[in-house]
Amino acid sequence: MADSSPAADSSPIVSRLERSDNIQVHELANGMVVLAESMDWLESVSFCLLLPAGCVLDPGDRLGLSNFACEMVQRGCGSRDSRQFIEELDGLGVERSCGVSSSHTTYGAAMPFERLPAALAIYADLVRRPHLPADQFEDGRQVCLQELRALEDDLAQRVMLELRRCQYPSPWGRPSTGDLAGVMAAKLDDVQAFFAQHYQPRGAVLAVAGKFSWPDLRSLTERLFGDWTPRDSPPLVSGARGETHVHLPHDSAQTQIAVSYDSVPYSHPDYYEARGAVGVLSDGMSSRLFTEVRENRGLAYSVFASCHSLRDRGAVMCYAGTSTELAQQTLDVLLYELRRLREGIQPEELRRLKARIKSNLIMQQESSSSRAGSIAGDWFHLQSVRTLQEIGRKVDALSCDSINAYLAGNAPQGFTVVTLGAQPLEIPNGVS
Amino acid sequence: MEFRNSRLENGLEIVAECNPHAYSTSLAFFVRAGARDEPESVSGVSHFLEHMVFKGTPTRSAADVNLELDELGANSNAYTSEEQTVYYATVLPELQSQTTQLLADIMRPELRDSDFETEKKVIIEEIRKYDDQPPYGAHEKCMALFFQGHPLANSILGTEKSVGALTVAQMRDYFRARYSPSNIVFAAAGRVDFDRLERDLEKWCGTWEPFITQRSASSARHLCASRQERREQATQQYIIQIGAAPDATDPQRYANRLLTMIVGDDTSSRLYWDLVDSGRAEYAGISSHEFQGAGMNMSYLCCEPDDASENLQRVLDVQRQVESEFVTAEELELAKNKACSHVVLRAERPSSRMFSVGNGWIQRRSYLTVAETVARYRAVTLDDVHRVIERYGLSRNATCAVGPRDDLVIPPVTDT
Repeated sequence: MADSSPAADSSPIVSRLERSDNIQVHELANGMVVLAESMDWLESVSFCLLLPAGCVLDPGDRLGLSNFACEMVQRGCGSRDSRQFIEELDGLGVERSCGVSSSHTTYGAAMPFERLPAALAIYADLVRRPHLPADQFEDGRQVCLQELRALEDDLAQRVMLELRRCQYPSPWGRPSTGDLAGVMAAKLDDVQAFFAQHYQPRGAVLAVAGKFSWPDLRSLTERLFGDWTPRDSPPLVSGARGETHVHLPHDSAQTQIAVSYDSVPYSHPDYYEARGAVGVLSDGMSSRLFTEVRENRGLAYSVFASCHSLRDRGAVMCYAGTSTELAQQTLDVLLYELRRLREGIQPEELRRLKARIKSNLIMQQESSSSRAGSIAGDWFHLQSVRTLQEIGRKVDALSCDSINAYLAGNAPQGFTVVTLGAQPLEIPNGVS
Repeated sequence: MEFRNSRLENGLEIVAECNPHAYSTSLAFFVRAGARDEPESVSGVSHFLEHMVFKGTPTRSAADVNLELDELGANSNAYTSEEQTVYYATVLPELQSQTTQLLADIMRPELRDSDFETEKKVIIEEIRKYDDQPPYGAHEKCMALFFQGHPLANSILGTEKSVGALTVAQMRDYFRARYSPSNIVFAAAGRVDFDRLERDLEKWCGTWEPFITQRSASSARHLCASRQERREQATQQYIIQIGAAPDATDPQRYANRLLTMIVGDDTSSRLYWDLVDSGRAEYAGISSHEFQGAGMNMSYLCCEPDDASENLQRVLDVQRQVESEFVTAEELELAKNKACSHVVLRAERPSSRMFSVGNGWIQRRSYLTVAETVARYRAVTLDDVHRVIERYGLSRNATCAVGPRDDLVIPPVTDT
């Protein structure tokens, strides 16, 4: 037998985290919020710019418009044409990302710290003064169509997107890539109108983490974004949620299985209990799903569960991919483990989970881009930032009793099941 | 930051980049055992063995190994490539010793029959997963074409048939042929207590018996053949091309990496502007790969099936233009800035440094600091890039296409 003495020391997690009371919050007069977390032991700085331009705002007959706009604004801005824009950022050594989620269009960048002012100035042009060039509009459309086509071949992503569509009420479950009809119908006027309405400071968040000077950053953001005019956003009406069981036929060797159930959002007081329960299910090689589906039965190579959160609601989403002939058994084992959670978790499971969270929190201090993304997300969900120390305290406070009390009142149930593969599966009675 | 290295009597090498300011410690065993070391009869055994290493030892069950790795809060995993199998864990610094002990123990696995049969099912699921997923194994199929007759043509995963037929006895034989301490490097980075590490490895690995290991060093023949495979249910067409490039010890590798960035990086490269920015292709790019005694540049094109022939011709035009007109000083400068920034940003994580240190040692027995790596890129001249183009070209490739169409016009390879 292995030495079973606890591996990690049992000191509180919070005692191992740097003091992070140096998070700055500065709200511009136009409503844009600047967040900055100093990590002066790093040589890099990263930012994450969230704009309130998510795909929930796509008009019903223009699904994919937000993603199209995200593509078009990167085709020249300020004094730079499309090529100069990209070459200037590459010349600065800025590693970048962009994406559209249900609530936001997000631009992310990581760079050597001294490049921050130059990079931020380019991004200010991008979100405020893009050219949206007519002569590149069809190229932009083709890029969006390529994304849609590529998605058709990505079976695991397809099943998870369909699960989201079923789990959340419309328009919150939409995929940001939209659909063929929407992308084909979009005109330059539509992109211009979407940009004019939704690329705006009210609801925008700029989160910066890494090495920087706060007084300089603060005055830079005032200069770059201070005179940006805010607009009112139209209210959104939520519609119905999708079906609870869907099978997408596909001639593939494996069947993709996706299961979800309601959970609490990130802002909920019980979020860490909910997250802890999912951790016991899925975090690490000793987690229940990995052990029961993969290790003990050899049913699947990939299996996991994760928490997903919108502002006002959350869900747990699970995935397994397995051969058609093993798919029914895999779904049965997965659902069994989800139902078994109501019986509670064991102290050893929580101890292992805390060890993993502890290392992950401490190691987040090694990555400016990871922190920039986290604090931006915090602001959206909480209108405040949780420092690593605060998160550490919350995790320290988790106990088997608190998680089991949560599970007693919030047992996984009402499962939505989406499958993709050669044959539909039998959904056991009482699942939905 | 301090580099330390040492060697146990049985040949196991230890290399570490010690950074007293890091928050974590990253540790790994690098074993010179990969697909290229496999006789055809055991295709896929290196990767299968990688899975079995986590299945326990004489004193630990498979569940014990998983439980302990999680108790250590370890970010741990393993991977198998053409040339090596790597087992790694990143942990908090105070757990260095316990993690080293656990990693060392699992490196002498029990290989139990029952675990072997269960894990075989997982491997077959992994093979089927990749078979359902773009580019549907096209990269391995293209390597098989290009390196035909050379061990680099071997598949890492193997096939359902080859893995299905494997026996524990064959795996034991393979283990006894490859996992000699003299064939293994232990690499560490981050906040490393090197003296302790040395003592621990002596204690836990010092008794491992060394034996002679061999790797076929036959030089690679390059076959610029083409192959098309029809896959009706795919939406896009996936095309992989492979051409020759500098090997892992060739000083020209830095110039080649910059060349592939200029021509095929996923942003601001020639292929990007011609094919991706225009929406002609979902993806068009080139990456460089360096092995012992051989190297390759791998191009990847993904687009609508009906546009594939035309796009392939456009890729060839880009390649030919670079061969005849070379690249510009501005392009080289841009590529250097991208490459150097990438090296510096990645270096902030000890886990990333550990891979650089371990790979550098197992491939070249050399260590470079971040600053030295940056200096290597900075020192590349236009002449260096031109020499690489003249030596290898870009257009002499094997081509493998998978997708709804199997009637693409693949331009024949000609000497330019």
